[in-house]
Amino acid sequence: MEAKLEPIVKTLQAKFGGSFEEFRGEVHYFIQPAQIVEALTLLRDQHQFELLSAQTAVDYWPQTSPRFHVIYQLSSLAQNITLQLRVPVNGDSPTVPTATGVFDSANWRERELLDMFGIQFEGHPDPRRILMPEDSDGHPLRKDYPLGYEEPQFTFNFEDIDLRKPYAKE
Amino acid sequence: MSQLQEVSVDQYRHLVSERALTGETMLLNMGPQHPSTHGVLRLLLELDGETVISCIPDIGFLHTGVEKNMEAKTYQKAEVMTDRLDYMNTMGNNLAYVMAVEKLVDLDVPVRAQALRVILSELQRIASHLVWLGTSGLDLAAMSMFLYCFREREQILDIFELVSGQRMMTTYFRPGGVWRDVPVEFEKAVRDFIKIFPRRIDEYETLLTKNPLFLDRMLGIGKLEAATALSHSVTGPMLRASGVNWDLRKARPYMGYEQYDFNVPVHTEGDTYARYLVRVQELRESLKIVEQALNKLPLGPVRSDNRKFVPPPRSEIGTSMEALIHHFKLWTEGFPAPKASIYSAVESPRGELGVFLEGDGGPKPYRVHMRTPSFDNLSPISKMVKGHLVADLVAILASTDIVLGDIDR
Repeated sequence: MEAKLEPIVKTLQAKFGGSFEEFRGEVHYFIQPAQIVEALTLLRDQHQFELLSAQTAVDYWPQTSPRFHVIYQLSSLAQNITLQLRVPVNGDSPTVPTATGVFDSANWRERELLDMFGIQFEGHPDPRRILMPEDSDGHPLRKDYPLGYEEPQFTFNFEDIDLRKPYAKE
Repeated sequence: MSQLQEVSVDQYRHLVSERALTGETMLLNMGPQHPSTHGVLRLLLELDGETVISCIPDIGFLHTGVEKNMEAKTYQKAEVMTDRLDYMNTMGNNLAYVMAVEKLVDLDVPVRAQALRVILSELQRIASHLVWLGTSGLDLAAMSMFLYCFREREQILDIFELVSGQRMMTTYFRPGGVWRDVPVEFEKAVRDFIKIFPRRIDEYETLLTKNPLFLDRMLGIGKLEAATALSHSVTGPMLRASGVNWDLRKARPYMGYEQYDFNVPVHTEGDTYARYLVRVQELRESLKIVEQALNKLPLGPVRSDNRKFVPPPRSEIGTSMEALIHHFKLWTEGFPAPKASIYSAVESPRGELGVFLEGDGGPKPYRVHMRTPSFDNLSPISKMVKGHLVADLVAILASTDIVLGDIDR
């Protein structure tokens, strides 16, 4: 671990408990959903993590508790270090408090996570889908959502396949 | 899906002002097919006369499910998807992805390959900025800029074709090095470009930098404060135009960027003109890097000789049984990566291009997330255009230099 990160991780552990993992010099700190807003505020105000570089999630289906990890990748410009916060979320009604109050960029990123993973962000000011059409079903980046493909149409079966193909027929 | 949907203003109630509900202000749809939205971006504008009261961006028209698709491909095969994200920065996308793979499996890259990567991704930065300069000139009625910029861009695309066989979707960088060494004509082609290009930048600047009509349209328009920019995770030239000196090539050097002498242009005004200045100055700085890297381009191999990850050269396959086995294993199964995750980022022409990569011990990535700079760079648009005219919105949008493939993924 980088020397500059050590005191920060110690502060986090003293305040929130929780554990961390290290891989190739990166620190992934695990934290509970209820504590995430406080932790982000603390890191931004006390430790100069001004930039929320990325916010994403990973689906560990069929594992259900936790099923998702919501990931907050933070960068500090002043100290030139990065830190990753990971929030484990359960599979049934996954909910995390919104980070829009801390970082404005969380607004679109959380809409993307709602769209792609179906993770709800409590208190989000504008919870709409962002990339997929508003009337689409399901959440594509979940592991139980199959990767779609199209049946190839040949001359002998063109019409059979055309009949069951889900697109506009007019 | 086949029926037209009727929507009411109620859906956007929390995003527009009270006056829109009574019909006092007008809601106008701009895009998705509009030449100045630089792709398929839809903006829902609330207008009072010609003044923008609020702006609601609607993205996703170019969503192609790249991240989901990559999960179904091996690490080598998933790379071709990255070209198609930010199609103005294909080399840079490849670089971000292969660097992430190299970090995940702990693979070294020979110095010659590193230098080639630097040369090509800086040329790509120039090409990308040229497209931005040309199209934003076009948006502000400087028609000839577009023609000049595309003339020089063509020369760069010819270099890409020379090294990779493709003008745009190059996939030239591979995990552990580059596809193959550059041909002998490469050096002359790059030197020719280095020779003519400074004069061409002077030409662009004579046309635009002190042009009163251009200044009228740019100065003080679309201000973005540094604090707002950081909170919106804006990076790249947009952040540097707001006075924050942050460039990953300087802050966390990769691919040997620390050996090259270049400046990072920073301006503090945060308006459209500052963003113009930063990018035009970056053209010169990138050219400096290309020249230095070409001058001390080291000789040697261009691919790592770690056969567990990098296929052996074609010549060995006919004579060595082991090489044949490695080749077969790599192209049928792929290589396994550890069950762990990494985040690695590079400075793309638009900002921090990050790749979050998680492996599960198998040959396919468990999760790939591309942190694309355009996505965050567009998000403060509603704050930037508030109170400006519709015509200024076009200038502001041009100065954010978004690529919709990069936003929608």
